[in-house]
Amino acid sequence: MATARNGHSRGTLRTNRRHFLLGGALAGIGATTAIGAEYALGSRQQQTSDSAPPALNGGNTVPFFGHHQAGIATDAQAYATLLALDVRDEVDRDGLRRMMLILTDDAARLTQGQSALADAEPELAVAPARLTVTFGFGPHFVEIAQAEAPGWLRPLPSFGVDRLDPAFSDGDLLIQIAADDPLTVAHTTRMILKDARSFTSVRWTQSGFRRAHGTVKPGTTMRNLFGQVDGTSNPVPGTHDFDRVVWNTDGWLAGGTGAVVRRISMNLDKWDRLDRGGKEQSVGRYLSNGAPLTSSPVGDAAEFDEPDFAATSRAGFPVIPEFSHIVRARSEREEERIFRRAYNYDDRPVDDAISNSGLLFVSFQADVDAQFVPIQDRLDQLDLLNEWTTPVGSAVFAVPPGCSDGGYIGETILG
Amino acid sequence: MTISHTRIARFGALVAASVSLLTACSADTDTPEANHGPAAESVTISDAWVKAADEGMSAAFGELHNSGESDVTVVSATTAAADMIELHETVENETGAMIMREIEGGFVIPASGALALEPGADHIMLMGLTGALAAGQEISFTLTFSDDSVYEFTAPVKDYAGANETYEDHSDHAAETEAE
Repeated sequence: MATARNGHSRGTLRTNRRHFLLGGALAGIGATTAIGAEYALGSRQQQTSDSAPPALNGGNTVPFFGHHQAGIATDAQAYATLLALDVRDEVDRDGLRRMMLILTDDAARLTQGQSALADAEPELAVAPARLTVTFGFGPHFVEIAQAEAPGWLRPLPSFGVDRLDPAFSDGDLLIQIAADDPLTVAHTTRMILKDARSFTSVRWTQSGFRRAHGTVKPGTTMRNLFGQVDGTSNPVPGTHDFDRVVWNTDGWLAGGTGAVVRRISMNLDKWDRLDRGGKEQSVGRYLSNGAPLTSSPVGDAAEFDEPDFAATSRAGFPVIPEFSHIVRARSEREEERIFRRAYNYDDRPVDDAISNSGLLFVSFQADVDAQFVPIQDRLDQLDLLNEWTTPVGSAVFAVPPGCSDGGYIGETILG
Repeated sequence: MTISHTRIARFGALVAASVSLLTACSADTDTPEANHGPAAESVTISDAWVKAADEGMSAAFGELHNSGESDVTVVSATTAAADMIELHETVENETGAMIMREIEGGFVIPASGALALEPGADHIMLMGLTGALAAGQEISFTLTFSDDSVYEFTAPVKDYAGANETYEDHSDHAAETEAE
């Protein structure tokens, strides 16, 4: 009958894949989500009754859809959990596609403060606090997808300083979950892992932190647990320089990047035995403000002064020692640069130790072999900081480009 | 998407949910009159999903919206994924336990309102699955309304540990759905 046909076709038009892949304005409507909305609205009403309503950081969102995945150029959030998952033996290319459809939908909703479909704790989704969820593919994932892997998508070469533990190395699928709120990170991690469980098993998880939101000015270079200002020479997101260092332009990875994850144990007890001058010489920067030793230990701006590697002391020695970290890490070759986005970790001590701390080193670069490996080679050969740091985990992933509303992460190899 | 936008959307949902409750409590559950157009033209579903299952039974959930000026009634549903579908409601039985059973007269979606299909509440019950429902698959459904108009939608399959409801003790299905 005519009316039925009309209804049929209209329904088909209005209810398509978009509903699954973040159904526009209607997404998140449901009685369960409405409970969350009551909380959100309640807190908002409370605010308006105050004379000076505090701006709640929990409502801040980072767009999910775009040419690049979020969580790379995004100013690093306070907390991050990195998951490395192994694809189950029976999962084929279509299985990977189904998994990425679901995980993309979860991420698209949760990052915007909406509960995931079938979210058992929807109330935990209402405060995204700049949540981002970023996916990267390991060599085996790309193999199952029957796509051509970039030459650098493999474990890094063995370095002499490495003491790698398989429990913190490699993996088929990387998921970086980061937000300015640890409860948001935990809920998102739980939701993502529940939906990934029938396709993958957990290989490792690592969590890290920076300063909490609002503790220091946004954009302040992080400090690691040695007290060092860590990441001063990073390219700046939004600049041509950053784009050139980070974004890949080849084939299915165009708009994506390469990720290196290294767990670097830091021996705090040994570091404590070094005096302040020695600590500063090991890196070539002042502890006070991160400025190079040829600049001033006073004032925030000095952090970004260019180091003068030719400067010598009265005794004729270089002010910034040749064995220091910033000398060894720096290359005269313009392409040997990376973008660091690290987190600190501070885990339960083992045996008789009182600390189990270090750096969850994460770097993004368009080509791992051309950009990261030469730097690490030099640091491996000579870097005074090696006296106190030991890489104990290592993994490399290809981070695919972002997607638009209606698409999914990984569609450039699974579609 | 800004937060204020999200909150407005949520506020809308909250109002819709309240309207739904109020309308559901009223006695007026008449089917729409023909002069308001076919029911299917005013109905949409959002956030639809189906619980993954290897075999046997499963259920579909989501939020049905009615933009029309009259209540509409879903009288049946079909899918190629199951031999039989029932529209279920949750009620308290004589011992005080909450049980699921087929709803008499179908799902009523109130005018300018919504009906939530959720675990532990109203849902679309799938019996005799024709194959495994694997996470990430998309399943097509057709709803038929009391005026014979139909509405078709697809819903993704998701792993879900809940929705293990107790059903009325009929001989044609077990006391509980399979968890996986």
